[in-house]
Amino acid sequence: MNLTLKVWRQSGPSDKGRMVTYKVEDVSPDMSFLEMLDVLNERLILEGDDPIAFDHDCREGICGMCGMVINGVAHGEQRATTTCQLHMRHFEDGATITIEPWRAAPFPVVKDLVVDRSAFDRIIQAGGFVSVPAGSAPDAHSIPVRKEDADAAFDAATCIGCGACVAACPNGSASLFTAAKITHLSLLPQGQPERLSRAKAMVDQMDAEGFGGCTNTGECTAVCPKGIPLDAIARMNADYLKANAK
Amino acid sequence: MAVTGAVMVLFLVLHMLGNLKIFLGKDSFNEYAHALRTLLEPLLPYRTVLTVLEVVLVASVVLHMWAAISLSRRAGKARPVKYVAKKSQAAGYTTHIMRWGGVTIALFVVWHLLDLTFGVVNPKGFDSAPADRMIAGFEPSRWWVTLIYIVAVVMVGLHLRHGVWSAVQTLGWANSTRNKVLRLSAGLLSAVLVIGFLAPPLAITFGVVK
Repeated sequence: MNLTLKVWRQSGPSDKGRMVTYKVEDVSPDMSFLEMLDVLNERLILEGDDPIAFDHDCREGICGMCGMVINGVAHGEQRATTTCQLHMRHFEDGATITIEPWRAAPFPVVKDLVVDRSAFDRIIQAGGFVSVPAGSAPDAHSIPVRKEDADAAFDAATCIGCGACVAACPNGSASLFTAAKITHLSLLPQGQPERLSRAKAMVDQMDAEGFGGCTNTGECTAVCPKGIPLDAIARMNADYLKANAK
Repeated sequence: MAVTGAVMVLFLVLHMLGNLKIFLGKDSFNEYAHALRTLLEPLLPYRTVLTVLEVVLVASVVLHMWAAISLSRRAGKARPVKYVAKKSQAAGYTTHIMRWGGVTIALFVVWHLLDLTFGVVNPKGFDSAPADRMIAGFEPSRWWVTLIYIVAVVMVGLHLRHGVWSAVQTLGWANSTRNKVLRLSAGLLSAVLVIGFLAPPLAITFGVVK
């Protein structure tokens, strides 16, 4: 496959940045999107150019490090797929592909396609935990949990914190991420004592980071590589309203 | 957004039912308009209930607009650098027309009040009976007024198709099992309002009601 890439290049946080066009030839359809970029980077290094910086780690779709906006869609158009699990066979030979970093004020660009997602860490630090000595994994049946709750909590816990929801949201809101983290704890018995204070602290931190407000457009869940449903946001809203009513 | 929107939706339902009284005859419509003003009389002075309702509505409109503007400003601040390419992945187009749809509806409400409430742009003027203003306003020669109403009412319908469900989601009552019913209800309510609001002007323009 031969491709034309239009990639966002930005040498550092203070650089203005611009789109740069690259031709990539002999791309195998079996390559992942990141491997295709590796090939381009090898060439750039050999030519003495600066390789394109992008985040990646496990390349198995479970760590949440990778992520770029491909042709206007966070993680590309393949549903429920991280960028590392997106394969070149989903693109047509001769295609032009635009690649941009996540765009949000709380996610400042570090370099090229790498953004600083520490804002997510601070949201977790505000309340995304349980203040009980959790110890080692408890026996499966020591605390009864309804099957439906266990399933929903697990689904929410699959959030890998990649930030695609923020990137896709027209408001730059982090509601799906924050709601997933709140939901995963609020559905389990261990999360009950701090349920309302957690919702309030995390939502307030999310707002303080400068993320936008949720208008329920559903763009986030459509690009989420883990398919976190909008239910999570409704649950967060309910807990947040209750916390403020107290 | 959710609470003020709900107030306005309740108002729209009552407003639509009131409008439909034109099909029961001019007298029925005028009596209804009079009854709104004399509600709870003599317990309360003339027009008390209506004035209270008007204050609540104006407050809802202002707060709704304030919420929309602040959301929109926050969104702008949260994404100072725009995407070169951006493609929507969510189903439905109604979410994309909420802001401009809202502006359209606000402009229409101004015209609507000047036309049928204050009679400034109405051929019959302020001192006429409500039913006469309504019938004169939509007479066949003023087909363009009817056209404005069609555009505005359809815009209201699209606004509510997303808005009603969105309000339920914002208040935390939505979930996957309820969503199908909720979205269907939102669509149904929007459709009923659009039909209910368009029936009187269309009937007048086409000479069914004279």
